[in-house]
Amino acid sequence: MADPQRLDLPHDARDPPPRARDSLWILPLAPTVWALHFLASYVTGAVWCAKVAGYGGPLGDARVLVGIYTAVALAIIALVGMAGWRRHSYGDATAPHDFATAADRHRFLGFATVLLAALSFVATLLVALPAVFTGSCR
Amino acid sequence: MPALPIPFLTHGRRLTAAAGVLALAACDGPQSTLTPAGVGAERIADLWWWMFGGAVVIWVVVIGLAVYATRFGTGRHDVRRARLLIIGAGAVFPTVVLTALLIWGLRLMPVLRPPTGDAAVRVEVEGLRWWWRVTYVTPDGRRIPLANEIRLPVGQMAAFTLTSPDVIHSFWIPSLGGKMDMIPGRVTELALEPTRTGVFRGACAEYCGTSHALMQFGVEVLEPAAFDDWLATQAAPAEAPASPEAARGRELFLAFGCGACHAVRGTPADGTIGPDLTHVGGRLTLGAGILPNDPAAFARWIGDTHEVKPDAEMPPFGMLPAADLRALALYLDGLT
Repeated sequence: MADPQRLDLPHDARDPPPRARDSLWILPLAPTVWALHFLASYVTGAVWCAKVAGYGGPLGDARVLVGIYTAVALAIIALVGMAGWRRHSYGDATAPHDFATAADRHRFLGFATVLLAALSFVATLLVALPAVFTGSCR
Repeated sequence: MPALPIPFLTHGRRLTAAAGVLALAACDGPQSTLTPAGVGAERIADLWWWMFGGAVVIWVVVIGLAVYATRFGTGRHDVRRARLLIIGAGAVFPTVVLTALLIWGLRLMPVLRPPTGDAAVRVEVEGLRWWWRVTYVTPDGRRIPLANEIRLPVGQMAAFTLTSPDVIHSFWIPSLGGKMDMIPGRVTELALEPTRTGVFRGACAEYCGTSHALMQFGVEVLEPAAFDDWLATQAAPAEAPASPEAARGRELFLAFGCGACHAVRGTPADGTIGPDLTHVGGRLTLGAGILPNDPAAFARWIGDTHEVKPDAEMPPFGMLPAADLRALALYLDGLT
């Protein structure tokens, strides 16, 4: 536990964050959406080429579906990122948030969530790029 | 050639310079992606040179920053500017560069895999441990079997159909284009369009067992008329032996049962387990790209098969008298 009398602690160390016990579940949310987007995109492409278009056929509606998956995934990742940013911005301390206080744990969780959301955002875009440039199942 | 004097370099630096020149010289040759002779290879080489140039620039900047940080700028730096450098050069810049490279690669894929409906030449290649069964299919449906060699007409697209009955191999002629895996149970395709004539080399690019590194093949790009002549020769049955010793070689070939595995069209030998030998004497190489094509190499292959290619399916015939080996070698060498 942090000692509230220590002067090197941020001043809000004595003020508990909105939730005394933060949940870790927000952390893997964005990478999970990235993974699900990857899976959905490639399963859709594989089923489309195997069952609908055939070898050498056009990707057609599969590209539209990948576009929809991408829009939904990016929106969820952006929301997660914003939630992380709110936690990171709690109080007026700056990164790296490495004091052993409830408030800094709250901020650190938010900061890590923001970084993972940024990574997942870019990765999801890169997963979707082949559907932009590839028009056929070949 | 006498070495040129380089007076301003120390002995060690001369050695380094010589090593560099040798390393660059290795980029040339019949099996280099950096001296392209095909449409696909040219596009791949373009991408490679841009990546190489970019990597050199980044390397110089990083080393320059390291030298600056350790020699000249050892004092405190503004935190905001330092953070900007880390985020900008460490996260944003690589993301932009990798995205640009991905887009370049994705746009390149249709060029490397064009539709092959109007290909001038159709070739089926089966990768086996450790050789290549090659079949040219003519527009009228005739099938011309040969092995361990690809010849193509310049300026025309060739469509390859690739298969494997044993393990995964990969068919690659670096000078002409990208590689394509040969996967058991699947049929893959590759299109190559040579842009200049010459002799090149292909190789298996996927580890496939003991003699993987000895699974190569000769490639020759010819003028279209010369290619037609060559294919007509390949379609014809084998020539009769030109000398009495070669004729004895043919008798030995049939008597020792070589025809159980090898075919020599025009003779009773009609095996399909090993390579078709109808025109083996006219090929660029022996043993799938690993020996020169001459009588001595034939004798070595027949007598010391497993020394030349470890674990090859063919049993060695080193027990044969030297005269028999020589006769066999002369016969096979005459099958042009």
